[in-house]
Amino acid sequence: MQQEYTISLFTEDHIGILSRITLILTRRQINIESITASESAVSGIQMLTMVVSTTPDMVNKVARQIEKLVDVIKVFVHTNQEIISQEIALYKVTTRGLMSGSMIGDLVRLHHARILEVTPEYIVVEKNGSKEEITGLLAFLEPCGVLQFVRSGRIAITRQVKELNAYLKEMDDAERTRHVPSEVYN
Amino acid sequence: MKEEIKTAAEQEKTGLEPEISGAEALLRCLVEEGVDTIFGYPGGAIMPVYDKLLDYSDRLRHILTRHEQGAAHAAQAYAMVTGRPGVCFATSGPGATNLVTGIANAFLDSVPVVFITAQVTSGLIGTDAFQETDILGISMPVTKWNAQVKKAEDIPDAIARAFYIARSGRPGPVLVDISKDAQFAGLSYSYRNCTYIRSYNPVIQLQMRDIESAAVMINHAEKPLILAGHGVILSGASEELRALAEKGGIPVAATLLGLPAFPNNHRLFAGMLGMHGNYAPNILTNQADLIIAIGMRFDDRVTGNLKKYAPDARIIHIEIDKAEINKNVRVDLEINNDAREVLAALIPLVRQISREKWIREFRILDRVEYEKVISPETEPDEGEIRMGEVVKAVSDLTEGNAVIATDVGQHQMAVARYYRFSEKSTLVTSGGMGTMGFGLPASLGAASGNPGRPVIAFIGDGGFQMTVQELGTIMQYQIPVKIILLNNSFLGMVRQWQQMFFNGRYASTEMVNPDFMALAGAYGIQAHRVTQRGELRDAIVTMLAAEGPYLLETVISREANILPMVEPGASVSDVTLTYR
Repeated sequence: MQQEYTISLFTEDHIGILSRITLILTRRQINIESITASESAVSGIQMLTMVVSTTPDMVNKVARQIEKLVDVIKVFVHTNQEIISQEIALYKVTTRGLMSGSMIGDLVRLHHARILEVTPEYIVVEKNGSKEEITGLLAFLEPCGVLQFVRSGRIAITRQVKELNAYLKEMDDAERTRHVPSEVYN
Repeated sequence: MKEEIKTAAEQEKTGLEPEISGAEALLRCLVEEGVDTIFGYPGGAIMPVYDKLLDYSDRLRHILTRHEQGAAHAAQAYAMVTGRPGVCFATSGPGATNLVTGIANAFLDSVPVVFITAQVTSGLIGTDAFQETDILGISMPVTKWNAQVKKAEDIPDAIARAFYIARSGRPGPVLVDISKDAQFAGLSYSYRNCTYIRSYNPVIQLQMRDIESAAVMINHAEKPLILAGHGVILSGASEELRALAEKGGIPVAATLLGLPAFPNNHRLFAGMLGMHGNYAPNILTNQADLIIAIGMRFDDRVTGNLKKYAPDARIIHIEIDKAEINKNVRVDLEINNDAREVLAALIPLVRQISREKWIREFRILDRVEYEKVISPETEPDEGEIRMGEVVKAVSDLTEGNAVIATDVGQHQMAVARYYRFSEKSTLVTSGGMGTMGFGLPASLGAASGNPGRPVIAFIGDGGFQMTVQELGTIMQYQIPVKIILLNNSFLGMVRQWQQMFFNGRYASTEMVNPDFMALAGAYGIQAHRVTQRGELRDAIVTMLAAEGPYLLETVISREANILPMVEPGASVSDVTLTYR
């Protein structure tokens, strides 16, 4: 049965790594629904968060294949219940539309959105939340005339934070011992 | 040698060795890694390296193949024979793309090969310059790792990593792409072997609890069966495999690439698995109550229909590549580690048991296969020459100790079925990829590894002509390979499938062949042609005794089939023994 999974992984900050990862997903015909890449808590280590829909069996297979890549440090697979996730979205709306009725008030009170910039022509609104909340706000703003809409991929934190922390610590330690003569590792 | 003129005092002052070029640094790195042979083909972008190679000819032998694909296969075969990574050079653009089949072939069969490709000058990369191609992108799905180097000072580290990654863990091909300006530029050379990469952990801690569980499962099993794959050979676990099998009284079946992992004349040898494997191990896979899979990956040619595979068996999978576990077959116990380490720890925990009743079941089925298939194929007394009898004669005359290279197709299956591999033998064949054209270049690569044993290549008339230009390489370096050309004037395996599954419609499988004797003659290679059974044995004896390269063409039955066969989609226990 297909379901949504969040794949979080840590990689070295090397050229081409994203390409290697997407090759594995492409080969299995798995579509990436969202992807976010940024530096992790450890300097020099990138964190990637991808959302995919597939079967439990397949997600484990691709996770193992991704983890096998030389530059990938660790891969975690989570169901939506196991994570707290957020996305961010920006909406550019016509000022005239947004100023009509009680739109502005509802925007802040009901949707907990922020206003980033106001000009005579347009207003830029920012919203953090789940995919549904962001889509919900888009529907709410639609009557005002949405000039532009962008949303990020998902970022996620696990509910059982222990395993991630353990790995981050391991990476930190490895970083510190990296310049020790190689005999240490033999 | 101008650099050497610099005085010791001068060197003391800088603390570094004098500058050398990136091209020379590459060659020095190879020497440091114990490389003595390189297969390759020069071209524009790699000229600085080839120029330096002249100065290193006392330490590095370069074998110029006639096509980059040949160099790639030869380097792989060299690695399979010597146990050390093969090395292959090619230039940018077409040189690099011509390697791709060879890279993919090494990737699927887990063979360590370090491919060095040259790239256009770094300023031109990405501009569609002459002979520029994105070989990094092209080779990404078929290499274990690859990297591009655009600065001379980065060459030593990249090469050190390449060798470490290629040979550690589950071995595989790697590729380093070096821009032409990096080959020309100077660097202060120093080399340090790579023994650690933070994001890559090929050495896994042995979990004794898993080993104990495996031992309990083995000790309680009534009908256990070992499936031995290439991983047994790659990890050097043949002795341990034998000890485990003998102590536990467990029959050993092998995959194609796993055949030399266990002596084929051993009483516990059950034969080859899969589509054209032996009758007993295929049938009894589905009666076994325990399968111990070692260094193999449940390829579809081995398992047949997965839904009907080993229904009564619990499965232990001993495999160094975690991504292979639970990929095709769900297993009950996964032991993600090196085969040798696991077996060494497992053997003391396994009870000494003799399972004669279970072994007898194999013997009974062996007898059936012998009478229906093996005997008519290897001991015919009339009709045209059969592939099986040629292979059997070579097997007997070399006592199963030769290095055997094959191409792909019917003859490859005949070799797998009828050559009795000893522990001293090596089988150099294209397993996962099934690359036609592999055999001839592989044989010259294998022979270049000085195995101290005869190197015999079995090749069909189709595959032979795919890379026949490598006869030129064999001639130039007088590489003493013995080529047995099994000529049925057909693309035999495809023809067999056409006969069996496409109503006998032979679409583009019949070949009009050249005069192979004249062809060998053109290359100055000794050759002989056999058409009669009575001449066969003497002809093989003559070939084996000959010095230097030799081509023995054997004209065989045109439309013979390889049997038994697990037909596509069928269960392994549903084996076809005879056809028509």
